[in-house]
Amino acid sequence: MLLEVEDLHVEFRTRDGVARVLNGVSYHVSAGETLAVLGESGSGKSVTAQAVMGILDTPPAFVTGGSVRFRGEELLSASAQRRRAVRADGVAMIFQDALSALNPVFTVGFQIEEQLRLRRGMSRARARARAVELLDLVRIPAARQRVRDYPHQFSGGMRQRAMIAMALALDPEVLIADEPTTALDVTVQAQIMDLLAEIQRERRMGLVLITHDLGVVAEVADRIVVMYAGRIVEQADAVSLFRSPGHPYTAALMRSLPRLDSKGAALETIRGLPPSLLRIPSGCPFHPRCPRAEDVCATHVPGDVRLGAGRTSACHFAEEVVGG
Amino acid sequence: MAELLEVRELVKHFPVTRGVLFRRTVGRVRAVDGVSFSLRAGETLGVVGESGCGKSTLAQVLMRLEPPTSGTVLFEGEPMFSLRGAALRRWRRDMQIVLQDPYTSLNPRMTVGDIVGEPFEIHPEVAPEGSRAARVRELLDVVGLNPEHLNRYPHQFSGGQRQRIGIARALALRPKVIVCDEPVSALDVSIQAQVMNLLAELQREFGLAYVFIAHDLSVVRHLSDRVAVMYLGKIVEIGTEEQIYQHPTHPYTQALLSAVPVADPALRGRRDVIRLTGDVPSPVNPPSGCRFRTRCWKARDVCAVEEPALVTRVGAHPSACHFAEERHVVP
Repeated sequence: MLLEVEDLHVEFRTRDGVARVLNGVSYHVSAGETLAVLGESGSGKSVTAQAVMGILDTPPAFVTGGSVRFRGEELLSASAQRRRAVRADGVAMIFQDALSALNPVFTVGFQIEEQLRLRRGMSRARARARAVELLDLVRIPAARQRVRDYPHQFSGGMRQRAMIAMALALDPEVLIADEPTTALDVTVQAQIMDLLAEIQRERRMGLVLITHDLGVVAEVADRIVVMYAGRIVEQADAVSLFRSPGHPYTAALMRSLPRLDSKGAALETIRGLPPSLLRIPSGCPFHPRCPRAEDVCATHVPGDVRLGAGRTSACHFAEEVVGG
Repeated sequence: MAELLEVRELVKHFPVTRGVLFRRTVGRVRAVDGVSFSLRAGETLGVVGESGCGKSTLAQVLMRLEPPTSGTVLFEGEPMFSLRGAALRRWRRDMQIVLQDPYTSLNPRMTVGDIVGEPFEIHPEVAPEGSRAARVRELLDVVGLNPEHLNRYPHQFSGGQRQRIGIARALALRPKVIVCDEPVSALDVSIQAQVMNLLAELQREFGLAYVFIAHDLSVVRHLSDRVAVMYLGKIVEIGTEEQIYQHPTHPYTQALLSAVPVADPALRGRRDVIRLTGDVPSPVNPPSGCRFRTRCWKARDVCAVEEPALVTRVGAHPSACHFAEERHVVP
């Protein structure tokens, strides 16, 4: 196991009260595996990644419990220096908005070379050569010239490629990609997802793909965890999850999606809104919106029900849901 | 059925300028470059394309928020851009817009009641003073909001609810056409479905026609009767929803459809995959001939010289490709 997150709790202490953003999140990713973290805004999918990377803003965010381990080593209690080292060549991360993740006043090449010089002790010339190789790897045309460009001189798709090159510079074992293609056009999105999948295969990297897009998940994920209101409500392998979702939220999400292959009738909707994290409903957090909620759902938090190998669903009626 | 809207050779170029004191034009962004289509009463025309294809500029020009560089639009047979005075005011009631961003398109200092009721200040003939409050409540109810909330401010609503407020405002003057510019793309999946269903219901109830602009091809298919695909300021293919999705003949449409990830892992590795290389060229300097040729796997010499007209070459709908042929890419 490369990366393990266990029972992670994070809260945001705000002026309006304490928002319980993560309420016991556990997942793991192994070498060569793609784990998709699926969820809507406010589900906690990005916050989990930020806690793993140790880049949460404290305050307002506080990790109040749980464990994050990289190759068995606890990171939450590690020194700042050790965490920096793990961020360098253990777990790297790329973000949705490449323009704000890149520094506008340095060239793309400089930003890739900087880490190679600092952490690998490379000379300027060797670092430059390696930066060109990396830009080439992510298929930036004329990499030798483009390495001297500033981020604003790149198109959106190229900036995303440059950020991937930067994340790969120190050969990380795990890459966390937070909505890496959400800001991109569909034809460019397809290019970037192909590239990520290929690099992941070749390097046997663990990939944590954070997204709200069920289509992207279906195309690349080995395993999927579905998040809602700071919890993992379901986890399963990709094929099983799409064939027979085991949680009412996952099932409803799939039915509310318009289809490419037919015009279809009215979409099924999920009533109401996701809960405020300042006031998470009692019992199952999804119960006020759930079509099959019963009394027990409002009073008892459902535990993870096992639905076969590697499959769980946090629903009192998981077996019936997965049976259809 | 009579055409409600008839768009002919619409062009919108923006000047690119240099210098502060002595401003000079050094080029033109050809945002919309000769677009023609028609819209019938009660129908939805979907407009799809990637960033920079000109779909939002098209919306702005259709709403007369930007003057066109050339071309005409007939609204119920009248040239829309020469309307003045009372006729213009009358036309403004008939065409309304719903914008993408539910956060910036509502004035944060106005209550919801004032936002939805504001059109009546400008067009008092639609709802006389005394009946306005009742009419605003009715509109909020129609779009699925609690009419009692009319004294609340936009920040007290969620993104999906704000989009409903924007829709209520657009409905206030009982328009015939609503231009929807990416109305659901800022919303989460579970909320997006609610707003799409609302738009479909309102269309049935009020006989509205929509120009529905979006980049999400599944969303567009779900709501549209006909679909136009845009690339670098031009329509490259136009037809019924069925023709465009099941029988696309333009290489760009095929590439676009093939790139959409489909939520079914069983289809992995079994789809017809077309991967375009590179990015969309700049609309300041579009390629000669066919604008798509720089990314097209079918391009030959003729494509650089001769611009393909948007005419029916194969099948039953027009496509702007010299080598148009059907390819089935949607599983």
